Amino acid sequence: MIYAIASGKGGTGKTTVTASLAALWDRPVIAVDLDVEEPNLHLFLHPELTSEESACMEIPVLDAARCTLCGECAAFCQFKALSVMGKTLLLFPEMCHGCGGCLALCPEKALSPGGRELGQIVSGHFRTDHSSSGRAQDAGFLMGRLRVGEAMSPPLMRQVKARLPQTPGTDILIDSPPGVSCPAVNAVMDADVIVLVTEPTPFGLHDFRLAVEAFRPLGKPMGAVVNRAGIGDMGVQDFCRAQGIPVWAEIPFNRAVAEAYSRGEVVARAVPELHAVLLALMARMQGAAATSISTANPAEVRHA
Amino acid sequence: MRELVIISGKGGTGKTSITAAFAHLASLQGGAMLCDLDVDAPDLHLLLSPEHNEEHAFRSGFEAVIDPALCTGCGTCAELCRFGAVRPGQGDDGTGWRIDALRCEGCKVCVQFCPAQAIGFTEKHCGQWYASGTRFGPMIHAQLFPGEENSGRLVALLKKEARTRAEALGLSLLLCDGAPGIGCPVIASLSGASQAVLVTEPTPSGRHDLERVADLCRHFRIPAAVIINKSDLNLQNSADIEQYCQEQGHTLLGRLPHDEVVVRAMVQAKCVTELPATPFSEALRSIWERIVHLEPKAAARPVLFQPKPNA
Repeated sequence: MIYAIASGKGGTGKTTVTASLAALWDRPVIAVDLDVEEPNLHLFLHPELTSEESACMEIPVLDAARCTLCGECAAFCQFKALSVMGKTLLLFPEMCHGCGGCLALCPEKALSPGGRELGQIVSGHFRTDHSSSGRAQDAGFLMGRLRVGEAMSPPLMRQVKARLPQTPGTDILIDSPPGVSCPAVNAVMDADVIVLVTEPTPFGLHDFRLAVEAFRPLGKPMGAVVNRAGIGDMGVQDFCRAQGIPVWAEIPFNRAVAEAYSRGEVVARAVPELHAVLLALMARMQGAAATSISTANPAEVRHA
Repeated sequence: MRELVIISGKGGTGKTSITAAFAHLASLQGGAMLCDLDVDAPDLHLLLSPEHNEEHAFRSGFEAVIDPALCTGCGTCAELCRFGAVRPGQGDDGTGWRIDALRCEGCKVCVQFCPAQAIGFTEKHCGQWYASGTRFGPMIHAQLFPGEENSGRLVALLKKEARTRAEALGLSLLLCDGAPGIGCPVIASLSGASQAVLVTEPTPSGRHDLERVADLCRHFRIPAAVIINKSDLNLQNSADIEQYCQEQGHTLLGRLPHDEVVVRAMVQAKCVTELPATPFSEALRSIWERIVHLEPKAAARPVLFQPKPNA
């Protein structure tokens, strides 16, 4: 089962919740950081990182001797990554989305595939607190890290997702990027269950509504986690009730939680009263996933 | 024109609350053009209550649509699509192909190479943008429709509109609230900026993300100045961030305490500086004075950019 932990607003506690869930998870699990622009999960799970490789996207490289300046590629490219200027074909590799259209189109075969570095894919493992057998176990860790200066995160996210093992019985927890546009949708689109982390403030509510609007059409089971409960107002809880979105956990605001986080600790370990809250959240997520198998479109079911 | 962009890398560090207070303080000193460049999850309007004077559609990019009446089911489109957007099963009997709009990149490859010319290409309406008035001055802002793309293009459009209108109004300051992250909308918001203000917090993620967004500013040669919010959550981390700023040549603007006044102001749709004075609002006022008097300077250490392998 794939669980995506997402939010509209940034800084509501996605990583806090993902790290705690990963540490407590009672089944074989892989923790995945798909917030490739600002990956943070490793700062709390402290995994042992065992491999790092660079990820590239295919972009065109020009053989000027073959180019007849016909301009077909430039006219076709939707992203203005090629342009005929005077007697040269100019390439703007940072604009390229890697669709391969120009390579397929060039009548002179003057364009060949090259690479643009998107960032790194890092993997390793960490210890969870317990398994169904009651013992700590090794769990997988995977993250993408966007190269600073690279604008496009979805291509790197796709490559990280392609590394996910399709092992039946192993759950996947995805720490998603904030927002509700293409990177966030890319992170949650393959999940079986979506957990939306929010905070009970006007900003939290506003961005939570956007997230519900963006993710609901995916037709996946979805529940809310209200973090820092007790600050702000009751707008988020009222909205959830009106929309029929279950609140799977309320994490009370507590300075001890914020301080444990500031020390890079897993808060469910550091703050005893959160342990039970996170375990209950895990059980609700697993329950929602079990329900989703029976109702999902068979063609879309993975890891069933 | 001076162009300040408030960003943070990590979300939830207080960008928007701080930008709104700066908008208030700037309005007492000649005013500014305000701009919310977090087009994906904009929140500045919740504090500034803008009245929309103009509303415009934002159209950008295209998406492919297969016409089932023309599709022969040959599968050329599925073979060529690099984005996994062509999915089997368009007809009721599960045959043929369909385009998953969420995965479609709008690259036109399937349209170009479909032997039956069965794929149309339609322009997308991705969001709305607004020119508004607020109690602190004019504001340009937008809402990308949930799940849409091209946020970088929308950010660029907002900045262009904001600049043109600021010039027409004789405003010499453009104050922009940015998005979290370091990807396309953030890069677009930094384009042409004269100063980036980075809001961080003394946590491992705040620090980690500050370094990446500061490296991004250096990459584009935009000077960076740093505010440490919620600084008393971890004094050691705050001191470490200050040392990092000194070493890297980033201006240190000051510390703000962790204070519930930020949420109290938000619930009332006000800026912290509009409420009775608190240690938070006083610290923020002195930070604003420092920003106003910042000497224009080049980006920190204009050395050749080299991303750290383990940043």
